[in-house]
Parts: sequence; structure tokens; C-alpha cells
Amino acid sequence: MPGLGTSFGRGGATTNLMDLQNSDCIVIQGSNMAEAHPVGFQWVVEATRRGATVIHVDPRFTRTSALADVHVPIRAGSDIAFLGALVNHVLSNDLDFREYVVAYTNAAAIIGEEFRDTEDLAGLFSGYDAESGSYDPESWQYVNAPQAPAAGQRDPAQPGGPHEERHRAARSETAGSGGPAVSAKPERDETLQHPRCVFQILKRHFARYTPEMVEQVCGVAPEQFAKVADALTSNSGRERTSAFCYAVGWTHHSVGVQKIRTASILQTLLGNIGRPGGGIMALRGHASIQGSTDIPTLFNILPGYLPMPHAHEHENLDDYVAGDAGSTGFWGNMRDYAVSLLKSYWGDAATADNDFCFDYLPRLTGNHGTYETVKGQIEGRCKGYFVVGENPTVGSGNGKMQRLGMANLDWLVVRDMQLIESATFWKDGPEIETGELATAEIGTEVFFLPAASHVEKAGSFTQTQRMLQWRDKAVEPPGDCQSELDFYHELGVRIRRKLAGSADEMDRPLLDLVWDYPRDEHGDVDGQAVLREINGTGPDGAALSSYTELKSDGSTACGCWIYCGVYADEVNQARRRKPHWEQDQVAAEWGWVWPANRRILYNRASAAPDGTPWSERKKYVWWDPEAGSWTGADVPDFIADRPPDHVPEDGATGPDALGGQDPFIMQTDGKAWLYVPVGLADGPMPTHYEPAESPVPNPLYPGQQGNPAIENIKTASNPMNPSLSEVFPFVFTSYRLTEHHTAGGMSRTLPYLSELQPEPFCEVSPGLARERGLEHLGWATIVTARTAIEARVLVTDRLRSLRLGDRTIEQVGLPYHWGPNGIVRGDAPNDLVGLALDPNVHIQDKVGTCDIRPGRRPRGPALTAYVADYRRRAGVVDPEEDS
Amino acid sequence: MGSLWGRLDDVQTDAGYGSPDEHPPRMGFFTDTSVCIGCKACEVACKEWNEVPDDGYLLTGMSYDNTQELGASTWRHVAFVEKPLDVPVEAPPADLGMPSMGPPDPQGAESGGEGGVRWLMSSDVCKHCTHAACLDVCPTGSLFRTEYGTVVVQPDICNGCGYCVPACPYGVIDLREGDGRAFKCTLCYDRLKEGQTPACAQACPTESIQYGELSELRERADRRLTELHDQGVDVARLYGRDPDDGVGGDGAFFLLLDEPEVYGLPPDPIVTTRDLGSLWRHVGAAAATVAGLGVASFASRRLVPRLLGTALGGRR
Repeated sequence: MPGLGTSFGRGGATTNLMDLQNSDCIVIQGSNMAEAHPVGFQWVVEATRRGATVIHVDPRFTRTSALADVHVPIRAGSDIAFLGALVNHVLSNDLDFREYVVAYTNAAAIIGEEFRDTEDLAGLFSGYDAESGSYDPESWQYVNAPQAPAAGQRDPAQPGGPHEERHRAARSETAGSGGPAVSAKPERDETLQHPRCVFQILKRHFARYTPEMVEQVCGVAPEQFAKVADALTSNSGRERTSAFCYAVGWTHHSVGVQKIRTASILQTLLGNIGRPGGGIMALRGHASIQGSTDIPTLFNILPGYLPMPHAHEHENLDDYVAGDAGSTGFWGNMRDYAVSLLKSYWGDAATADNDFCFDYLPRLTGNHGTYETVKGQIEGRCKGYFVVGENPTVGSGNGKMQRLGMANLDWLVVRDMQLIESATFWKDGPEIETGELATAEIGTEVFFLPAASHVEKAGSFTQTQRMLQWRDKAVEPPGDCQSELDFYHELGVRIRRKLAGSADEMDRPLLDLVWDYPRDEHGDVDGQAVLREINGTGPDGAALSSYTELKSDGSTACGCWIYCGVYADEVNQARRRKPHWEQDQVAAEWGWVWPANRRILYNRASAAPDGTPWSERKKYVWWDPEAGSWTGADVPDFIADRPPDHVPEDGATGPDALGGQDPFIMQTDGKAWLYVPVGLADGPMPTHYEPAESPVPNPLYPGQQGNPAIENIKTASNPMNPSLSEVFPFVFTSYRLTEHHTAGGMSRTLPYLSELQPEPFCEVSPGLARERGLEHLGWATIVTARTAIEARVLVTDRLRSLRLGDRTIEQVGLPYHWGPNGIVRGDAPNDLVGLALDPNVHIQDKVGTCDIRPGRRPRGPALTAYVADYRRRAGVVDPEEDS
Repeated sequence: MGSLWGRLDDVQTDAGYGSPDEHPPRMGFFTDTSVCIGCKACEVACKEWNEVPDDGYLLTGMSYDNTQELGASTWRHVAFVEKPLDVPVEAPPADLGMPSMGPPDPQGAESGGEGGVRWLMSSDVCKHCTHAACLDVCPTGSLFRTEYGTVVVQPDICNGCGYCVPACPYGVIDLREGDGRAFKCTLCYDRLKEGQTPACAQACPTESIQYGELSELRERADRRLTELHDQGVDVARLYGRDPDDGVGGDGAFFLLLDEPEVYGLPPDPIVTTRDLGSLWRHVGAAAATVAGLGVASFASRRLVPRLLGTALGGRR
């Protein structure tokens, strides 16, 4: 999550769900929290019981809106314009929490003279290279102090990040828990008057984001905007705090990272970060998605957000950590984390003499993200594929592209509890019906391996608030079903057996791997032993308690430095289940939260610069002068004994460089970043760009319709609708329902869930129904340049026709859970989605443009002809000719 | 014979469980629909625990409600009511066909487009009436009053006669197609016996469904109502809480944000056996030779607890 990572230093939610009950105002935007996170939503309900104002900004009136005080319908994909206007409202009316802003943010930092804003360059920042479609961030830097980001390209020695290859290698993701490197603290103007200080640059950047612009871009009336602005600003400050909640409604966009950045700027200006009832609650899209970035299934990071080394830039360990050596903040200790990880992987084989087996790590050579991989499959570059815990032919964007890729493999392994569409596409996928694929001609050998469910295995989830919760096994898995842990362990055992005795250097990383785990009475690997390995051990072999104990001399081993402490005192801390009603408001004894069991991050900021609470009402963590330490309700997110008036010596490095008023301890300058001088691929400040497919022009930057740094996937099966097309005049937005689980493998197969939402449907406003002759419960065909699907129609007042100036915009709502398999079936809505990606995290827009017509779609080859006709009429460019 | 009508402060004593200190307190549900998020976890948890079969796969078009109503295979039912904000909700005539849950009225939609929309959600359940007509008419003793004051059907005794179905003033109990017997919410009698919370209340994430001693729930509901009224939510009201209503008050009662009819609930339910007593007195007068046996079979509630020893031997 580089949006949060570059802003604050760690790419996780800054707060926790339970703390939402302390909020005076909660803005939920980019999330249907009640629907997708019903359990966490109890704390929003609790906040309303205590008198909080809840605002839901969303294209649709949902279950969340039903419980909110205010619902603001907004055009899907226009969030930055809305949030940017809130930033402008705060700045132009002096409503920011000035004392907080001056002390705890980079508002005072002065930016180099070379920097040019989008306001100067008609929608582009300085450093743009039109040929590669990417930025060189060199001109975005602080004066005299080039930064490395906590997120993104954390390597200031090479600020030229814009090379296609570097950029595509997605360095932005190292956002999870990091801090930038800096040789000196930036020049500052504490009066915030310097024309090139961040505060003034920000003010100018957002000056044209007015309520009138919001009306034109978002379809939100000025009085509704004012309602939100007033609620938010009157509930922020010393005495009151407001929180933001977002989910994949922000992340699944070609400007997703910058949406989160805009909220980060707003919350920082209002002084809502690091304080009870404040913060930004990043609601993750699926169980343990937080965990799968902490200990990543991503291609470009290692556990604890250490960057994956690059083939040419990181010849050895020294090169690898060079970007951070001498840096200030806790990333300054990156070598400790990296060496401990290598020791955890390769144990005794990793020594100082062999660079702790640094050479054994895989290397990046470019973008190896999901969609790039699928493109590689279609082009024949990727031959084998593991599909585990997902159903990409239904759950990922552009299902056709997924299936064409899978049909072109040598082998495919699908591990699942059910025969999902990704395992059967070769015999009954939509392309078999249309004749685009023929079973007899698909050479992919498909292995289906049965998986154990979550109740049939023990292990930890890391959920949305960075919390690890251990769950015990309830029942044995049936038949041959296996847990992931057992499967991968066994796979490793067998591969190592095959390689045993090999003298080939290439096999050393596998053969030297630490791969011996105790087994339980069923012969299964003991997951707690794995958790203990992740926690880390010291020279005496005992479990470590904190990442501050990690060393770079090889005496400590740790599988994920940010998880160090989860097995402190040889106890599985994630398994603690003391109910919150038996604890204080922080409930620190339920599960375990990274880092160091801190529930609210950056909580040093809950106290004023002098260390006293901002107010009695919002008291949380403060300096105790008698004890000479920070204290309070939570684990202080600060160096425990560093007094508020501490000024670091010149030239201090690592944590020693943090002053007593630097709450953002992972950042090189200890400050929250209103402006990101390095680390993001698409600009230091958020800018409103239209989604890759949009029915309206960008009124803010008429010459710059979409994100200039957008990442296009150019392959024949991924044609894009031209923007402003009369043929595709409507906006579609995809989403989920409470009743179903993501791509449906765990819900469309169960009677009790299937009966609750038994058929694919689309939701339309009464206005759109009239315009297109759609009937309630009748059929509709929805068309994009990719394909056409059919769904039943729900005409509902919960979808509104939006007025943008003199035109009306209609939106089509599409829950995405269905596919051709299971008890309840239908076309998969994600087949409609086109892929144009956020350049930081390679995620597609969940919105696009479409047409909708009454009646069912054509069958067989007639379907491809139908869509081809749409493409012809809309003038869709063949992606492969457009390169 | 137990009471058929009027206020009744100890339903268990009335059913033959002895004096108040000889039976557990009356247990029930308070469903606060003002915090219901319509997640349907209650429906699913109920089915999982009680092994209730699916109820068919039908997209109804009634907002997000595809289970439609309580029945033999749906013991918790979440209603979804969409209403344009600026169209006053009018109580429909006696028709209880859930008038507001169909497709939106085009005229309402027009104005709703400007004024916004309201989406009410409410988890309905068997009311476990103080005067339960289903129980009163059951000829086999399959339906009985438990020691917790709840009303439970015993499937191994039910003969599928169906008398209970029209007897229920709420339309809760029904015969299961293909099975023939009557089923409804048991308030998780088996869980109560283990000191556990009923499955639906346990699963509810927002404490919309609250389980507890009925007397305490009533106090809690009164406080919540006052709280909402103080916040200006004048439409809030309690439904089924009044022990003097037509069923003697419900063991499962509700806080609603609109007229009961809007949720598909009868505005003024009256136990359908209200006149059974006087009816039988008339019958008795007219045919004095008929012994009380027949009456006893209808009014066998006192016998039920004694029968339980054998019928539910394994469970007690």
C-alpha cells in the first residue's frame, strides 16, 4: 500500500477497527463496509451510538449508506476531485490543525526550483518522458536532501527511477513498513510562507478543486459537498477526531494509490493521524490480504516490505542496503532485517563470508505482476502456473485474457476446495461456447489438487488492522485435502529429494534451505513452529521479543522483521483471546498486531510537540517526565525514552537521527508526507485524472484525460473502450455482496449462501431503465470492447442519475461473484473489465464504460460478432497495433 | 387449562412448570432493526445450526430479499425495504403482502431520485408469543412451551395436520414441502439447554439481534427507544413488547423504524385462539354429556411438560 506507505512510513492501516468507536466523524469512501466488512462495521455502529456522524460517499446507496447519516452519491472514479476539493477547502479557509501540521508533517520542507506542477504543465508534473510514459522524479526532490521513500523506489542514489524497466519493476510496493534515506534533513520554513515550501505548493496545486468543480466532475451538489466538509472539519482538531475508511473501491483504480494519498493529505492536515478516533482504516479485500503483503505473495517484495533485489542494481548485500545505509529513521537498520531474513531462510549455510547467501535470492528484471504474467502466458513466455486461493477466470479483470493465458500453458495447478472455473475453463469456459477455444486444441495439462478449508487447518490470519489471529483446527480435512502449509512443505521435500546430491550451483538455494519442521500427531507440519521461525530467534535459540534485537552479524534469524514479537516469551501471542470487555479500550491482549503490538500507529502524534496530550478527551500516549518515558493506553510508537525536546546530533543515522518531535519514525525525516518527493510513479501529489475508460472529459486538465503514467496491457484480448464514446455511454462499477465470497468458489457452491443471492444481476436507476427500456427482473446485456454478458435487472432508487453540469451520467452496478460453475450460475461480470493499470501497484480500474440493452446476449459465435460490431462502431483500436 | 388471552406475567408457571423459582427466567430476542445491516448472517447461522434445508433459488426482485418470508425452511428472514425519502410512507390497507418490497413505484422513483432513498432492514423470526395459538391448536402435543417460555415444535411427534399454520397470527409456522411436517424457530432450544446463545444472535455482528432474559431485554429496548427519540428518530417504535397486546406480548420483539406493515408485520396481531375458551364453554353447555376429554386434548399444555420426560428424554 504505497499510498499510506509513502505518506506515513508503513503501508498498513494507521488505526484499528475497534478504535473507530472513538471517532466523532467517520467518512467511508471507496468501501461498502457494512456489506464487505460486516464484523468490523460493528465499531462504526458503536460510534453512531456514541453520537458520531457517519458519511458514506459512494456511487450507490448500499447497506453502508443505510446506516450512515449522510450518503453522497458520486460518479465512480472521481474520488480525487472530491477529496482534493476537501483539501482545498481546508487550506483556503485555514481549517488545518496548524500546530500539528508545522511540527509533524513536511509542510515546511522546501522543494527544489526545478519542480513544476500539473498546474504549470497542463496536467503533467516535471520529469515526464512521453516516449516511455513515465516520470523521472529527480525534480520533485527537497532542496539539499534527496529522500528515499518508505514506499516505492527506496534508493535515492538512483532517483532516475523513470527507466521503463525500473519503473515497471514496481518498486513502489516496498511501502509496507519503511522509511526513507536522507543525507540531511530538508531545508524548512516553519512559517509555511516560502513559495516553494510544500504547504504553499499544495495550496496552489489544489486551488482549482472547488465545490463547483466537484459538481462538474463528481456529480455532487455544492450543498452536499459543504455538508461533508463541515462535518469533517468541525470534528477535527484538539478535542475531536475523524477517521476515514476505504477498501478496494479506492485501490482498484488506475489512480488508486493517489486516491489514498489524497485522503492521507487531508487527514494529515486535519491532524487526525496517530490519534484515537482518527486515522485511515485500510479495509483489505480478503481474509489475510494484509498478511499476504506483509509476508508477500507479491513479486517485488520480500517479507517485511524489504525490496526484492534487482538483477543489475543489487550485485551484493552492500549494494542492496546501500540505499538505506546511513539513513535516518528505522529503515536505517535494514541490514539487520535483511541478514536476519537470510539466516532464517538458509540457517548455518548463511555466513558473513558468503554474504549470508544473498546471491540465493531471486532477482527482478522487470514487471512480473499478475497481468504481465498473463500476457506472458498468451505470448508463450510463461509455461506453468499455480492457482491457489483464487479463481482468476472469474475474480480477476478481463476473464477472457486469463483463460487465453491458461489455455496456452504446459501445466496448470489449481488448488481449491471446489472445481472452480479456473480448473474447468478448458471444457466449459465461455470461449468454448463461442468457438474461440477448442478443448481438443488446448495443450495445458491441468492438475486439480483438493485443498483444506480454513476450519480444517491451523494457522494465523493477518487481518485488515495488521492483527494476527491464530485459529486452531476444528476438524481434519476430508480425503486427500491438504493445507497450504502441508502442500508446500511436501513440495519442497520432494523437490529437494530429487535434487539431492546435485553439484549444480543453481540447486544450492533449494538444498541449503532450512526445511525441517516438527510434525503433529497427524504427521502435519506444526504451524506454530513456522510462526516461531517468522518471529525469529536469537543467538541462544530462544524466541526474540522485538525487532530492535535483530543484528546484521548473523547471530539472529527472523522470517519477517515486522512480525518479531508475535512469539515473544515462547508464547503464540496471536492466539490470545481475552475478550475486549475484560480489557481496557485498547484491548491489547486480543491477538497480536504488528509492529510491536501497537494498535494505533504513529501514536506519538496523539501528544502535542511538548509531549502533553492535545486534549483530555483525546488523550492516548504522552511523555511522563518523572519516569522519563512515553506512556499511555497503547504501546508507544516511538523510542520509549526519547524526550520531546530531543534534538539529534548532526550526522546521526538510523533511529538516532529521530528528534523528539518526529512521530513518523519510519520516514527519514520523521514527518508525515503531504508531498512525496520520491517513491511514487505518477507524481508527488494526487491529481484528478479520468479512469482509463470514461464518458466525460477531464475538466481540470482538458489536455490530459487519464493518468499519464498509466500502465497499458497491450494484447489482442484487452481492447479498451475509447473515452467519450457515444457507443459506450454509461459507467459500470463492479462490487461484491455480503452473501457471496469474492469469485464465488466458497459461496456459489453452498446452498445456504447461494439461495440468498441466486442469480447475477445488475442494478440500474429508474432513469436508465426508462432510457434503455430495461424492465425490473427482466434480462439485460451489458457490453464492453472485451465482451458482452447478460444479467437480470434490478431497477432501484438506490442508484441515482447524476447531474454533471449540463449532462446526466448513468451508472450500472455489477456484483461480480458469478460464473458458469456452482449451484447458482451466470456470466462473470469481470469478463467486461479492461486492464489499464496503476503504475505503482499494477491494479486495474474496477470501473469502465459500457452499453446496456434489454434482453439476453447472443449465444455462440454470434456473441463475438456482436461485440466485434460494437468495437467497429466505437472505433476501438487493436491493442497490438497501438504500440 | 392455561390462559388463552390477556396479560400473563409468568408463562412458564401457566404452562405447568411450577412456581417462578422452579423454572428458569423467560428468554427471548430483542431485534433492534435500527442497527441491522442486512448481512443475513442470522439466516445462515440458523440454517447451519438447525440443519434447515435451502428454501429454493429464486431471484425475487424484492430488493436484496430472496428468501421472501418466514416458513418451514426459513426461520430467520431479513426483510429489505426500499423507500424514496420524500414520499411519506403510508400504511397500506389490511393487505399484508409486503407492499413496499416489490419493484420501485416509478412515480416514487422520480422524486426519490432527488430526495434520496431509505433502506430498512429487519431480521424477522418466530415471536414466541405469550399466547401462542399454534400451540393451543396442536392436537398431538408436538408444539409445546419450554421451561424458557419459548414455543418449540417436536418433529418426531408432529403429524403434519397443519392446524398450527393458519393459527399463527404472524404467518410464521409452515409445513415443509416434501416432508409434510411443521417447522419453525426453536429459539435454539438445544443451545439454551447448554447455556449457549441462539445461533442467530451469536452470529449477528452489530448486536441487532439481542438474546437474553425477556424482562431485561424489555428494559434495554425501552432505553434504546428513549435514546433514539432523544436523537430525533421519532419514527422509532417497539413492536411486540407490550404484555397487554393481542398475543400477551412477544418473546421475540422488535424495534422498528416505521409502521409494522412496512416490514410485512401485522399491525395489531391477536391470538387466533382468543375465543377458544368461551367457545368451548358454549360447546360444553350445549352438549353437557361430552366429557372434558376432547377439551383436554386441545388444552393439553399442562400435560406437555410431563410428556417431555419421554419425548425429549435424550435432550434433558
